[in-house]
Amino acid sequence: MSMQVDTTQMEKVSFNAEQLEEIRELVARYPHPRSALLPVLHLAQQHFGYLPMNVQQLVADTLDVNLMQVREVVTFYTMFREQPTGKYLLEVCTNAGCMLNGACELLEHMCRTLGIRVGETTPDGLFTVTEVECAGACGGAPVVQVNNVYHEKVTAEHMDQLIADARAQEDGGVA
Amino acid sequence: MIPSDPSKVTAICFDRIHLPGQATLEVARKNGAYSYLPTVLNEMNREQIIEQVKISGLRGRGGAGFPTGLKWSFVPRNTGKPTYLLCNADEGEPGTFKDRDIMRFDPHLLIEGMIMAGFALGVHDAYIYIRGEFLHEANVMNAAIKEAYAANLLGEHILGTDFSMHLTVHRGAGAYVCGEETALIESLEGRPGRPRFKPPFPAVEGFYRCPTVVNNVETLATIPAILEHGGQWHKQIGVPNSAGMKIFSVSGHVNKPGNYEVPMGMPLRVLVEEYCGGLQHGDVPKAVIPGGSSTPWLGPEHYDVPLAYDEIHKAGSMLGSGAVIIMDETADVVALTRRLSHFYAHESCGQCTPCREGTGWLERVMLRLEAGGCNARDIEVLQDASEHMAGRTICALADGAAAPILSLLRMFPDEVNSYLAENKA
Repeated sequence: MSMQVDTTQMEKVSFNAEQLEEIRELVARYPHPRSALLPVLHLAQQHFGYLPMNVQQLVADTLDVNLMQVREVVTFYTMFREQPTGKYLLEVCTNAGCMLNGACELLEHMCRTLGIRVGETTPDGLFTVTEVECAGACGGAPVVQVNNVYHEKVTAEHMDQLIADARAQEDGGVA
Repeated sequence: MIPSDPSKVTAICFDRIHLPGQATLEVARKNGAYSYLPTVLNEMNREQIIEQVKISGLRGRGGAGFPTGLKWSFVPRNTGKPTYLLCNADEGEPGTFKDRDIMRFDPHLLIEGMIMAGFALGVHDAYIYIRGEFLHEANVMNAAIKEAYAANLLGEHILGTDFSMHLTVHRGAGAYVCGEETALIESLEGRPGRPRFKPPFPAVEGFYRCPTVVNNVETLATIPAILEHGGQWHKQIGVPNSAGMKIFSVSGHVNKPGNYEVPMGMPLRVLVEEYCGGLQHGDVPKAVIPGGSSTPWLGPEHYDVPLAYDEIHKAGSMLGSGAVIIMDETADVVALTRRLSHFYAHESCGQCTPCREGTGWLERVMLRLEAGGCNARDIEVLQDASEHMAGRTICALADGAAAPILSLLRMFPDEVNSYLAENKA
């Protein structure tokens, strides 16, 4: 029996004209369209928020590669996510430089403040906290990426403020 | 301006990095960027450029330290295939954060170095493989590349010459192993980054099986100064066999962590005390990781080691990428080793058994050691497994995973023993 992903039952998604144009430009930069796989997955994740199976199928169809080739890449690289995250993705580096400067205590503080464990999302869907490998900014340890923006020399107070500001903005948005 | 007297050089890659607006073409050009490029394109030929880079003594700044000019000379001519130039901007070795500063503050320096390298190698298509997390840096590079195209510094017939080169920024997606050059090539071909067995080396069969040169950001950013001032000039900076300036990324327990570009051969103590504001606690470090997390640790007896390839090798470690991680007396070396063992287990690509199984094994034993659940036999397992991983895999990730464990066991046996179950009770 072969393992097959049943894609017939999935909701169809598509790229818009502007995105397709961007993809055409990306593909033209490489000797082979398959090289555009990582850039197109980044583009898809940016647009759809994460990479569920139907989006992976869309990327496979767009670049004319096998779905399994896309799956292999999505599951190999940690930045590609098959599950949705909170609106604010807080990625805490706890590798050597950050660990020596209090990153583990910071991570613990953030989890306690938000009432979640590492890898979880708050029930209101606002915050996801993850632990990541060296972010390449050890001079500014500890480092937290907030939706891919680097925050350096982060303190517990800094994170508390950021979380409070985000919550205030959300409440304001609703009202 | 970089002085033409080598004894007066204080910076090469970072010479213009702190000038406001340096990331824009207008300011970069006012400060001298691309000023020597027409001379290179019009008055030098490929052999002359490679010769100057060979004379310069420049060695790859990404970690391996391979002579750059020699690497370039391995590229075969007239194969009928295109030659590719790939800039390795994956910067994933824990402790390393130097290339990020070149790219975000002086992107035109890297572009200029790549144009010169591309010209020397007969390249038509070049790529910057940048780690996916560096989104801001990728955006800065892309904006600079756009300006360079508009000014005919990239694209067809650069500055009216016969030389044409295109440059594309390609973002990775979070995989440390992609900093290994053949894994980087696999990734650039749209696949998981699994290192290739060598030979053939990329110079002969690389990107899509074509001749390919992979150079680190700092290496390429050094090229414009070498060609402008000459290989001999560069060779006179630093110490024998370690020519030039080097950016050291200093992190951990120092008061002023950061990137410092200094002449090779500077004693570690001078870098820490005169540049980094000294240690946070105590007078000498408990341990130093001199070249990124994959390099063996040095003890306080090596605090005066000159920061140069041969001297650090003699002390028992490697210069690596120049990522100096300092641990002072407050460091919990067992916890740090356990954290690093997690890193290598997480980042192993999984294709070689000793690495795939070994890294996971090391992490599990380290976790148990820290929790007080190990006995003396487990320490033998750590030693044995580490020794059997290093040198038995396609790439050096397994060697990197073994380095912290072997360092811990060698330097801190008493501290390790204090964690054993029989001593905890």
